[in-house]
Amino acid sequence: MSTQTELEILSPGAFASLQDGGRRGHRRIGVPWAGVLDRRLMRIANALAGRSEDAALIECFDGGLHVTASGGAVKIAVAGDAVVEVEGTEGRRQLAAWRSVTLADGDQLRIRKLEGGRIAMVAVVGLDLPAVMGSASTYVRAGLGGVDGRALAAGTRLALASDADPWGSDHVLTQPPAADSGPIRLVPGPQDDHFSPAALEALVGGEYRVTTEADRMGIRLEGAKLEHVGAAEIVSDATVPGSIQVPGAGQPIVLLADAQTAGGYPKIATVIGADLGRLAALRPGQALRFAAVGAAEGGRIARAVEAETRALIASIRALPPDGIDLMALYTGNLVDGVVHALGAEYRPLY
Amino acid sequence: MSYRILDAGDAALTIEFGNIIDPALLAAVNALDAAIQRLQGAGELPGVIETMPTFRSLTVFFDPLATDRDTVLAALQPLIDAAEHGTPVDGRHWRLPVCYEGEAAPDLAEVAATLGICTDEVIALHSGSAYLVYMLGFLPGFPFMGDLPERLRLPRRAQPRVRVPAGSVAIATALTAIYPWESPGGWHLLGRCPIPLFDARRASPSLLAAGDQVRFTPVSSDECRAIEAGLANGEIDPMQWLESTPTPAENAA
Repeated sequence: MSTQTELEILSPGAFASLQDGGRRGHRRIGVPWAGVLDRRLMRIANALAGRSEDAALIECFDGGLHVTASGGAVKIAVAGDAVVEVEGTEGRRQLAAWRSVTLADGDQLRIRKLEGGRIAMVAVVGLDLPAVMGSASTYVRAGLGGVDGRALAAGTRLALASDADPWGSDHVLTQPPAADSGPIRLVPGPQDDHFSPAALEALVGGEYRVTTEADRMGIRLEGAKLEHVGAAEIVSDATVPGSIQVPGAGQPIVLLADAQTAGGYPKIATVIGADLGRLAALRPGQALRFAAVGAAEGGRIARAVEAETRALIASIRALPPDGIDLMALYTGNLVDGVVHALGAEYRPLY
Repeated sequence: MSYRILDAGDAALTIEFGNIIDPALLAAVNALDAAIQRLQGAGELPGVIETMPTFRSLTVFFDPLATDRDTVLAALQPLIDAAEHGTPVDGRHWRLPVCYEGEAAPDLAEVAATLGICTDEVIALHSGSAYLVYMLGFLPGFPFMGDLPERLRLPRRAQPRVRVPAGSVAIATALTAIYPWESPGGWHLLGRCPIPLFDARRASPSLLAAGDQVRFTPVSSDECRAIEAGLANGEIDPMQWLESTPTPAENAA
């Protein structure tokens, strides 16, 4: 008789929830897509774990996510600029992210901190959640998806499929994505004509800062005031992920995955999909700049970024079977105060 | 009727038939929506993910990796031209219970005072009209319904509430709505509807659909509680408040 293998959440850290590629087709009844805030990170984490690219995984903010394998070994993979610590019978060791690792029964994994950004994705082999309206993504407002429609909490136990194999070789992303501090690109509209001509110039010409009001619904920014022409109100129409709505006070709010599907504030512009994950990963206090592109150019950027993502995923390699040495290498790097996803010594096996 | 094409980023565009709340605009929106859904059902319009109909516009979401803006627009053009002459579709007719008493109606007295009428008159006005469900949005299953009688129209509250309880029946401007979920909100709360408007376990999770008509029937606090209890233990089916359904012929837009 076999026992149930589970991944237990010891702490969700700042905030963690189960997400996948999102819930499509129900915006007409007011249901947002939800889903991960950064699709590229999701796809890398799932690829590292050998799962389908938009399979459900743990999306967590900042550091602090702490999990343990219970009832058996669990294979997980972490994507994001995270410092990861694994603690087991052999003691505590640190490893870089952008790789998979097997936790033996009782081993714990903790995301100590994020060096860059505020989002990490943790893929778990065998995590098969029931779809609710087509997706396992957690949408807390309406209690959809995830585990009972709620964010992850200490004590949440995620049951894993009995046929999940936690002992396959580990994988590593040989070229973690470089930090991109370029401007966040937006397409003017749909209601840019509700603003003074100076407003769009101010939006793309000035510096904005992420406020502390930043979550899965959206990000409030502060910077140059955006002046409306006439009332700061429209007859409600559809919002999209990336809509930049501007209430009367003139400070923009960028809507994200869990945002309401319709709204009555004019939307001066829309952040392109390719840059939305990068925007969502900015921390409160961080500055950003916008640049305007046309809608067709946005489509070309989407295809170019997709090609980059595919190249990144294609760079995933199996780790050497004697991965212990590699772990030592990572630990050594840490002692020197430097964490590289791969040491210079790393050689692919083929 | 003229329309405008508005860009909503690199993965969506909006066809806007006007900028006011008007059943004629809704007819065009719903005709275009139905035409797009028919084409999608036939496997055409590759790359189009879904549509979002609103009072006066339709937003089309597409995958920029599978298609592009100009291709989508070219495919939609004949549908848009046809939709401009769309006629209103008769939806289902509902009669929903509302408790306009006590804790369920926190803003009733203030609304009456502002309008200079008595609370019974507010209730009579609100429950005396049939409302068109213009659209669903803001929250899952949240119906934007109108039009309110002229005498009930007020701007939104100066101070939005941080917490509006689920089931709240509310008014603002020319519209009335029911909050399916607890949420922040700036509308005036006149009562409470005990019927769940959204249930993901149902084949159609939203009780109401755009184009439906809704009337309200005042019930006492006791009746409201009895309905809630009946719904909770399965003795009451929410569909019992459905008064009529259009024939399939009427429903085919």
